[in-house]
Amino acid sequence: MARMKFICDAERCIECNSCVTACKNEHEVPWGVNRRRVVTLNDGIPGEKSISVACMHCSDAPCMAVCPVNCFYRTDEGVVLHDKDVCIGCGYCSYACPFGAPQFPSTGTFGTRGKMDKCTFCAGGPEAHGSEAEWEKYGRNRLAEGKLPACAEMCSTKALLGGDGDIVADIFRTRVVQRGKGAEVWGWGTAYGSQQAGQPSQPAAAEGKS
Amino acid sequence: MRKAFVIAAIALGLTACSVEESQELHSSNAEQGAPSYTGTGTNFVAKGWTPGDERSWQQSLKVRLQQGQNEYNKVN
Repeated sequence: MARMKFICDAERCIECNSCVTACKNEHEVPWGVNRRRVVTLNDGIPGEKSISVACMHCSDAPCMAVCPVNCFYRTDEGVVLHDKDVCIGCGYCSYACPFGAPQFPSTGTFGTRGKMDKCTFCAGGPEAHGSEAEWEKYGRNRLAEGKLPACAEMCSTKALLGGDGDIVADIFRTRVVQRGKGAEVWGWGTAYGSQQAGQPSQPAAAEGKS
Repeated sequence: MRKAFVIAAIALGLTACSVEESQELHSSNAEQGAPSYTGTGTNFVAKGWTPGDERSWQQSLKVRLQQGQNEYNKVN
């Protein structure tokens, strides 16, 4: 099996926020924590684009690199998870992440920053699958239930795709061929280290600017 | 005398290097838990695969992805 990946098709996303709601509901994510968000570029201007953003489960994850206590790990399916029993809530991962995925619940009178919380690709955490402890810390473990992330399965326009990277890329490729445009996948190259489809290579882009 | 002092200083320095703890990043401190294909042990699971059987789990996820997210399978 290829690695698990997300793709958000900006040509299809209508900013309905159902992915955000599905995630919130599925894992009972507390107020102030958004494992997934919808970001709109050029909001209000004709041609605006919306994209659904969460942890991209990067191939070479910056959060893993900077974590001082090494609380992150990667599953065999390429899902980047973390151990909240090890996390000290320092926030380094938040600064390192290009997607703003790490979230920190604010609790108490002085808004004490708690342990980091982020998208788990609905894969839970290191606790026993389906256990109360896993639910309390990481939310529901849909992968262990033979299901895919709730956000992608709930997406009404199928803008957000999540699952086996080979199939996800194949679905997206078919779309691009059919409609003849919209090959750009925001965040794909950043997360997975590949050049974004339809985009010029980095040196050419740099020359264009200069 | 001076040469001996330099050699002793270098030896002392190398000794200090050898006792210093490694500062390289270690592998994750986190527990990794069981693989996802082992299932949750509850009845609230998707049908069509056997918990503990990795291949059936992978195959069921691929089928689920194609059926649930690839609408070209339905309209074309």
